[in-house]
Amino acid sequence: MEFSVVISYFPRLLDGAWVTFQLVLLSIVLGAIFALPIALARISSSPLVRVFPFLYIFFFRGTPLLVQIFLVYYGASQFEVVKESIFWPILREPFWCAIIAFTLNTSAYTAEIFRGAIQAIPVGEVEACKVVGMTRVQMYRRILLPRAFGIVLPAYGNEIILMLKGSALASTITLLDLTGMARTIIARTYTPIEIFLAAGVIYLVISMVIIAIFKQVEKRQNRYLGPINVKVPDKG
Amino acid sequence: MIDLHGFGDQLLQGAIITVELAFASLVVGLILGLLGASAKLSSIKVLQWIANAYTTIIRGIPELLTVLIIYFGATSVLMSVASLFGYDEYIEIGAFTAGVTALGLTFGAYATEVFRGALQSIPKGQHEAATAMGMGKVRKFYRIILPQVWRMALPGLGNLFLVLLKDTALVSVVGLDDIMRKANIAVSTTKEPFLFYSAAACMYLILTIVSMVAVHYMEQKASRGIKRA
Amino acid sequence: MKMKKFAVTSLIFAGAAMTSLSVQAADKVKIATEGAWAPFNFIDDSGTAQGFDVDIAWALCEKMKADCEVVTQDWDGLIPGLKVRKFDAIIASMSITEERLRVVDFTNKYYSGGLRFLGEKGTSFDLDNLDGKVIGAQRATLGAQYLEDNFTGKADLKFYDNQDNVYLDLLAGRLDIILSDELPTYNWLKSSESGEKFEFKGDAFQKNDEIGIAVRKGDKLKAKFDKALEEILADGTYATINAKYFPFSIY
Repeated sequence: MEFSVVISYFPRLLDGAWVTFQLVLLSIVLGAIFALPIALARISSSPLVRVFPFLYIFFFRGTPLLVQIFLVYYGASQFEVVKESIFWPILREPFWCAIIAFTLNTSAYTAEIFRGAIQAIPVGEVEACKVVGMTRVQMYRRILLPRAFGIVLPAYGNEIILMLKGSALASTITLLDLTGMARTIIARTYTPIEIFLAAGVIYLVISMVIIAIFKQVEKRQNRYLGPINVKVPDKG
Repeated sequence: MIDLHGFGDQLLQGAIITVELAFASLVVGLILGLLGASAKLSSIKVLQWIANAYTTIIRGIPELLTVLIIYFGATSVLMSVASLFGYDEYIEIGAFTAGVTALGLTFGAYATEVFRGALQSIPKGQHEAATAMGMGKVRKFYRIILPQVWRMALPGLGNLFLVLLKDTALVSVVGLDDIMRKANIAVSTTKEPFLFYSAAACMYLILTIVSMVAVHYMEQKASRGIKRA
Repeated sequence: MKMKKFAVTSLIFAGAAMTSLSVQAADKVKIATEGAWAPFNFIDDSGTAQGFDVDIAWALCEKMKADCEVVTQDWDGLIPGLKVRKFDAIIASMSITEERLRVVDFTNKYYSGGLRFLGEKGTSFDLDNLDGKVIGAQRATLGAQYLEDNFTGKADLKFYDNQDNVYLDLLAGRLDIILSDELPTYNWLKSSESGEKFEFKGDAFQKNDEIGIAVRKGDKLKAKFDKALEEILADGTYATINAKYFPFSIY
């Protein structure tokens, strides 16, 4: 083992980690935005509305992310129609292809998490909203979505970590994310174990930071569930 | 079977490898999961510590990286361990073994949590009742605890298996001839990425559906005892 | 009991996994090639490795009277794999370079290469001003190294897992220029439909590029390979294999 290569290439690994960070952040934000309407459509009372999100979620959760990323990057660019369309400047870039694949993938998973959370809210609360005369929009905006947000947090934190780990696949379409950078370094130093281990440690640190952040947010969001400090007046 | 420019058979062979890899990893993962959960619930601090380190590390590192590290690194580690015992021959870690190890480790780390939850959900009274009836530790575990843990863990394990099934695609990166690598080879010859990656996606979907049906059937079987008339 | 049956089948699979953990016999030579570098090495639709490199490998084995096995391994895993003894030799059109010589030994050359740029017909570029151009090459190749050393910051460089993906992205229009070994690209231009739209740009350079067989440092296999190489060059076996792929000598 020659761990001196790790030290000399560490700055480049950090460059890679920065790309990884951008990939994960963008996909997670875009994924959550897409996931909300998908989740709401998924619990619609009309079977016709329900079937599309069902198929969408089924496809993206039932196939490997690696297949999805290759389909977007190499598959789509096979067609002249795509190359002549206005989307080509975006689809031309591996970075945006990765973002598209990751966003589609994570939105399917996130939609299921959102659906579970919305359905986990007791019926009584929905009924209470109706009784006080809230409209549907008001009910979702004021009660259901904020409540769902609190319920969703632990599962959502997991999904972000899964996305962080999945983002390593960006290296297969020429992106120099943390894994891609590691592979490029190894192409010159031929020290796979040392460099991969170093990259592994960086991933581990990032995921631990994410976990810590979520623990804090969870604490804040669900603070009403904690012990209530009500001063009980002394019995006189 | 569908011809796919002559690569249909190759893809099917790849599917067999994918299924073999998934099942072998499942066995390794289930064992590791049970061990991990027992360690986490044990009163011995060192065991708890090891199990926690195991699940934290594995769950924080990309599966792709785990596969790569084991493929390139396990040989040297194993050989240096083996030489401590006086064994100096070369030990080979093929793509399949590396894949089983990496995916088994990953499955085991997540299964540890599933099993832990299931083990903890068994009321203390049942332990006491079994002991009162004169069962030994092993018999109690085998007759009373395991069947119940199995029932409660099944939904969670089923989900993990679906994740595992998809993760097998990563082992193609170290040259295992699974569905994904066969698709890559076909693409390199035919220059038809859309066709072959779609075909691969369909094969994974079929495997997913079959697994879901199987898990559903097993869940019904496992919970037949608690169904009310 | 269904569970028991399930456990038994799973154990069989686990057993199958263990068999690949085997001890290697001493006289066996395991040769690795890439399988994505036509016509030198590629995988046909029956899943077997074919090509110039593979033919040379078998010819050498016959002379060495060795019990050989040819396996395929992705390009950037070849040297790491050799180092950890996953195989004993690499016959995969690998150039003999200083960087590689630091980690492995090479036999004498078995053919010569050279680098050449390639681009779409009717386009041109100026090597001194590549601003905005996207150049692709396979990761961990001579071409990639040359680009990294000479064009980092001067052009947008993209490196791929294998040459086929470089071609795919050239066809897709993501790449303006590719840099690769002249001979396989020559083959691609000649033999594939899609090659018609592209042409070599400029002359080949780094013509002193020698392709050798990589073995582990200090391995006695090197001498055996060198001897066998001399034999196939002398008795015409080499010329026959050469003629099968190229109408001119590539030695």
